[in-house]
Amino acid sequence: MSQAEVAAEAPVAEPRRRRVLSERARAERKLGWLLCFPAALVMVAVTAYPIGYAVYLSLERYDLRFPANTAFVGLANYWTVLKSVDLWWRAFGVTTLITVVSVGVEFVLGMAVALVMYRTLYGRGLIRTSVLIPYGIVTVAAAFSWQYAWTPGIGYLANLLPSGTAPLTGTWSAIGIIILAEVWKTTPFMSLLLLAGLSLVPDGLLDAAKVDGANAWQRFTRVTLPIMKPAILVALLFRTLDAFRIFDNIFILTHGAANTRSVSILDYDQLFTAFNLGVGNAMSVLIVIAVALIAFIYIKAFGTAAPGQEVRR
Amino acid sequence: MALQTTGRQRWGWIGADLLIIVIVAVPLWWLISLSFKDPSTITNGSFWPTKWTLDNYRGIFSTSLFTRALINSIGIGLISTFISVVLASFAAYAIARLEFPGKRVLIGASLLIAMFPPISLVTPLFNLWRIIGLFDTWPGLIIPYITFSLPLSIYTLSAFFREIPWELERAAQIDGATPWQAFTRVIIPLAMPGVVTTAVLAFLYAWNDFVFAISLTSTNNSRTVPAALAFFTGASQFEQPTGSIAAAAVIITIPIIILVMIFQRRIVAGLTAGAVKG
Amino acid sequence: MAEIKLEHVTKRFPDGAEAVKDANLDIGDGEFVILVGPSGCGKSTTLNMIAGLEDITEGDLFIDGERANEKAPKDRDIAMVFQNYALYPHMSVRDNMAFSLKLAKVDPETINRKVEEAARILDLTQHLDRKPAHLSGGQRQRVAMGRVIVRDPKAFLMDEPLSNLDAKLRVQMRTEVSRLQKQLGTTTIYVTHDQVEAMTLGDRVAVMSGGVIQQVGPPQELYERPRNLFVAGFIGSPSMNFLPATIEGSRLHTPLGELELPDDKRRRLEERSSVPRQVIMGIRPEDFEDAAMVGDKAERGTITRAKVDVLESLGSDKYAYFTVQGERATAAQLEEVARDVGVDEVSGTHEGIQVTARLDAASKAAEDQEIEVWFDLGKVHVFDPDSGENLTL
Repeated sequence: MSQAEVAAEAPVAEPRRRRVLSERARAERKLGWLLCFPAALVMVAVTAYPIGYAVYLSLERYDLRFPANTAFVGLANYWTVLKSVDLWWRAFGVTTLITVVSVGVEFVLGMAVALVMYRTLYGRGLIRTSVLIPYGIVTVAAAFSWQYAWTPGIGYLANLLPSGTAPLTGTWSAIGIIILAEVWKTTPFMSLLLLAGLSLVPDGLLDAAKVDGANAWQRFTRVTLPIMKPAILVALLFRTLDAFRIFDNIFILTHGAANTRSVSILDYDQLFTAFNLGVGNAMSVLIVIAVALIAFIYIKAFGTAAPGQEVRR
Repeated sequence: MALQTTGRQRWGWIGADLLIIVIVAVPLWWLISLSFKDPSTITNGSFWPTKWTLDNYRGIFSTSLFTRALINSIGIGLISTFISVVLASFAAYAIARLEFPGKRVLIGASLLIAMFPPISLVTPLFNLWRIIGLFDTWPGLIIPYITFSLPLSIYTLSAFFREIPWELERAAQIDGATPWQAFTRVIIPLAMPGVVTTAVLAFLYAWNDFVFAISLTSTNNSRTVPAALAFFTGASQFEQPTGSIAAAAVIITIPIIILVMIFQRRIVAGLTAGAVKG
Repeated sequence: MAEIKLEHVTKRFPDGAEAVKDANLDIGDGEFVILVGPSGCGKSTTLNMIAGLEDITEGDLFIDGERANEKAPKDRDIAMVFQNYALYPHMSVRDNMAFSLKLAKVDPETINRKVEEAARILDLTQHLDRKPAHLSGGQRQRVAMGRVIVRDPKAFLMDEPLSNLDAKLRVQMRTEVSRLQKQLGTTTIYVTHDQVEAMTLGDRVAVMSGGVIQQVGPPQELYERPRNLFVAGFIGSPSMNFLPATIEGSRLHTPLGELELPDDKRRRLEERSSVPRQVIMGIRPEDFEDAAMVGDKAERGTITRAKVDVLESLGSDKYAYFTVQGERATAAQLEEVARDVGVDEVSGTHEGIQVTARLDAASKAAEDQEIEVWFDLGKVHVFDPDSGENLTL
């Protein structure tokens, strides 16, 4: 304040004015930075730094059982990972399969659930609550429910199968159950995002299409879906990335047995059963690259409808 | 004709509603059913307990394994929620209201973190936490939880902040409020629904997490319930812990059902606010 | 209470657009000044600069003789009524009104007394403990007024405070605002786009267009002696008629006939160093009359014949619309007025030029019939089409 008062007495000059103004703009900047700093710090400190550290560790031979043997080995760990068809590529295949199938199924089911929530006249609150429960429930708790349901001798679902079958021990049936658990848990999230997209479609437009002679299916595919495209992109992108990181369900349901390891489970095992920090971190870096590629492909494929810009007004 | 169709449609919608409710309810009921089954009947595969008992619940509450984990879950969940909401509300306010270089970078960065695979952090954090002594401590979990709930918190809150008419802030300034007073006495009270929503979402994240919980803990010190469940064992070696796990799973599901029932509308608004805004 | 002074105030946005250009305004203690103009003319920006909600790019703002450019809004001791009232939805009416006093750490007893008193004046006593959401539009408006008057500030700033009310309530609140201002005697700056509000409320009116203050003066002066085409067209309803005209010696050649200007106006034209030959003539609808009803002022004017296209009877008056031959007068400032009224090309779609005349209610004029209309030569204005300047002032 006193500075401004001094300035008021000073002779009026053009350059001084400019500086006063920019000081104000700078104050807003400063406040902006000040307010964002703590959040940015936490986010960067807990992601950027560790991932840099992971890159560093991934270049070392570092086995927790033999810490003395630690040495720089360059890209050797990556080479080890990438040539291990049985471990890495199998896990990668399983992860991709689970991701593609569950996101596909979730999209169809999620759209159906979204339509029901959007159009239903009865018990909207009840439906919303029911849909939110799988979203909110602890994944591990839900996974136990599915595990016991399919465990022979305990489960109501296993009992429906011919005796002697143990679905969680066969690769394909186990993957099927993992997908089932994943779909049950995350379809709600998909449907809520799609519901938000649905509500962006103006009713008047659908009426106009009706008048133009479009039937229900045509109205959905020609009017509703194109308008919802941004919402669909966001829903698919988030769910794809989420599904690719699948961990909890597999950990509880099979613990990676019967060749059902996802890349996350494999990475975890490297650390906590093989105690191989070097290879584990190499996998961590590879997973980040894979996730970045997925995001990149989505955003490229959908062009301008990238989720980042929704934040802008 | 028209009437008939609407009648049929109505039953169709009711049918669809019921189908959704049943699909949601069955796995839940199965857990509840298991948790009330007597050990002698737990393997009968029946969907409905034939012999009801509270033993499973008594059992888990008598072991420190569960009670301690529950305390950890609640404590870690509440603290990380609180910090996340506070940090997010600062950042979200700046994003919604102020112009400053680096804003887009921050938005982009938080989007990246929302996409980040947590498992990739587990390996470096595991080593890092051991070195600096955060391994198997509350802060060791609180810090990653804050990080990963921040992006959604910032999105949700900035969407809510933007809804508040700018005029109110100007009015507060004219009324003699400093920017800080305007923020705490006008903006925050008005954004309260958003703050609550954000808090619920952040809490759900921390409550739910499993990856960090099993990787960055090793004892009862800081193990949360989802992680503890993976280490449950039966009362004796010959006894499967099925009933106990089911009971514990039911216990940690109860707060979620309560939160969802109270805040269902807000959770939906919060989840979708950041993602789909034209 | 205070004087407010703007000296060469300019607002330039980072993209280089100038919202306000070199504004000079001297507002006396207790004066009620209106800033009026079409949307985007810079009037709200001017008000916000006075409030401290926007920075002044160049020039100086003085409040009570003290330079206030860099003062924060809270240090200016100025109260403001916002267009949407900006009532805090989470506070009761009482708390809304008391908020500023609480921030100023006034003792609770005084706050209570002031709030009660304001509520009494504004007839809000029984609503004090309600939330704004439960109030009607008019009540919310009064709360916004109450929030301003409890403070007893140096000045009131009002940003289109009545624009969200329906027409009837608006008229009612207009007199209310006027009465309050007189009663309190607080310096008031009032922004509106409604020229009727401007004319009825203000001690003085500043007409703005394109970021420039076009003219400042008492309402009557703006009406009678508009400095340029914009002010002439903006003030008055219905709007002034503008017709192309040619100056030939002492005579004005117009679509309404050959006019002999009164001596004073002619002298003004002669005094000017250069006067273009092609000019625009302006005459208000109110300065017309049915030739049969003129009475003894007839010799001040002249008579023209016209066929009435449309006749509107308002009971108290009749408005006759007729068409005269000629090209529509064009000038940049007229385009701006037209844009504001939203009638861009309306008069251009007709063959010829439409003229509006207000006639006595007893006039026998009828649609599709020719009548003789008289108009007052003393009220004719002559404008330069390029600069828009009124040449007869």
